[in-house]
Amino acid sequence: MIQLDNVSVSYGRGEREFCAVKDVSLHVPKSSIQGIIGFSGAGKSTLLRSINLLERPSAGRILIDGTDLTILNPAQLREARHNIGMIFQHFNLVNNLTVRKNVELALKFAGVSRAFRKEKARQALEIVDLASKENAYPGQLSGGQKQRVAIARALAPQPQILLCDEPTSAVDPRTTGSILQYLKDINTEFGITTVLVTHEMNVVKALADEIAILEGGALVEQVSTKDIRRKNFIPTSDIGAYLLDDSIRLNPTVELAASEPVQSVEELHHV
Amino acid sequence: MFERIVEIYPELLTALGQTFTMIAVAIPLAIAGGTPLGILLYLWGPDGLSPRPKVHKVLDTAVNIARSFPFLILLIAIIPFTRLLVGTTIGTAAVIVPLTINAVPYFARFVEQNLTQLGQGTVEAALAMGAKHRQVISHVLLVDAIPALVGSVTIMTVSFISYSAMAGLVGGGGIGDFAIRYGYYRYETPLMVLAILLMIALVSLVQVSGSRLSRALDKR
Ligand SMILES: Nc1ncnc2c1ncn2[C@@H]1O[C@H](COP(=O)(O)OP(=O)(O)OP(=O)(O)O)[C@@H](O)[C@H]1O
Ligand SMILES: [Mg+2]
Repeated sequence: MIQLDNVSVSYGRGEREFCAVKDVSLHVPKSSIQGIIGFSGAGKSTLLRSINLLERPSAGRILIDGTDLTILNPAQLREARHNIGMIFQHFNLVNNLTVRKNVELALKFAGVSRAFRKEKARQALEIVDLASKENAYPGQLSGGQKQRVAIARALAPQPQILLCDEPTSAVDPRTTGSILQYLKDINTEFGITTVLVTHEMNVVKALADEIAILEGGALVEQVSTKDIRRKNFIPTSDIGAYLLDDSIRLNPTVELAASEPVQSVEELHHV
Repeated sequence: MFERIVEIYPELLTALGQTFTMIAVAIPLAIAGGTPLGILLYLWGPDGLSPRPKVHKVLDTAVNIARSFPFLILLIAIIPFTRLLVGTTIGTAAVIVPLTINAVPYFARFVEQNLTQLGQGTVEAALAMGAKHRQVISHVLLVDAIPALVGSVTIMTVSFISYSAMAGLVGGGGIGDFAIRYGYYRYETPLMVLAILLMIALVSLVQVSGSRLSRALDKR
């Protein structure tokens, strides 16, 4: 369970201080998938990165299963981070390590003893069907495969929470579907609480249970995909209206998302 | 001509040996000293893991000052220090001191640059995994920087082979010194040409093997 209480995040100091996230409160129930959508620069990444304190909030609390991360000391924070996996738009794999060594690194950082790392890394790679690539280097893989390695790396220490920052934005639309399917399956199988940041509407509708809409750093709307499907929702923001728009397929299945061109909020903005 | 070469052969060998000794001692020392210094420059720098602007500024300035000494001036300026350290101010051992002092900040800059240019991505991923700063540096940054660092060691070694020519001033010997002594002071042009050819061969060997090794280690 993730609970954000009145979280604000600023960059810079004094004159140049810029508030990228403004007073956001959000509750993400255990095992659910929370989508976060918004235009470029809305503060999505900043908000997501505040959940594991990669960005330290200037105000507010971050509660993970009731523990406030903002008051932890560095050692405690590292411990808490072992419970929070993260994947990125550009994968962020260590290029000079093999696929398996990349996954083992996460286990090492999480304090898993050497004897268990290899086996656990293999198991994690099996979840994303990449066990056969364990000795390849990231440079030998496609974008989609790299993201699957990154997913395996995030899952290997068996975290309760998975943070995803634009996980499909650097892969082609067909691969998008497969990545989303893995994320969905992982959520179902392990009950991992997932937060997904994206600017692609069909991505968020395919995957999320709840969708938070960010504008200029503020949370302007929070809606469940169920209510969008039932049209039980009166949008107050542009993106809310787009999400409801009939011309955009509602609740597309993940497979459909795979074959459809990605609809980003930016594209719609220009229509 | 040929006889002269045969005659001088032992001295040429000695000169090569001296160059080799200088490189073989100074380069590892430079790596040993420059790597931690470079890591600190990165760590405390504006894009580092834990920026400390004031301490970084001091370190940065110190490195710049050390770097701006022309080698020849440094060689002379630190003579008292050299005597203190190795007990003599002439010979190969005495040259290794200024060579190393010159090389440490030189290599530190390489390390800093190679770490900085890797970008934030993998660092962030490692921090998100709960890695300690030490682990980020040793298991992520240095691992990805190794090919670039091998390239830097290569460049440094090549410059040092040419610095060794100046080592002659304090009786340090080496192949460059040989070229100056016989070619310049005694007008034995063929011997100078020979020494220069040897230096070209040495530099090429270092450059080619360094580049190959760097490429082999790079898995991008
Ligand atoms: N390190 C930083 N220093 C200063 N300002 C920053 C920094 N990172 C982000 N910002 C600013 O904060 C705002 C929010 O950035 P953020 O990356 O969270 O947006 P985003 O919604 O993820 O956008 P995108 O869809 O482009 O990834 C932007 O205006 C950005 O310029
Ligand atoms: Mg972003």
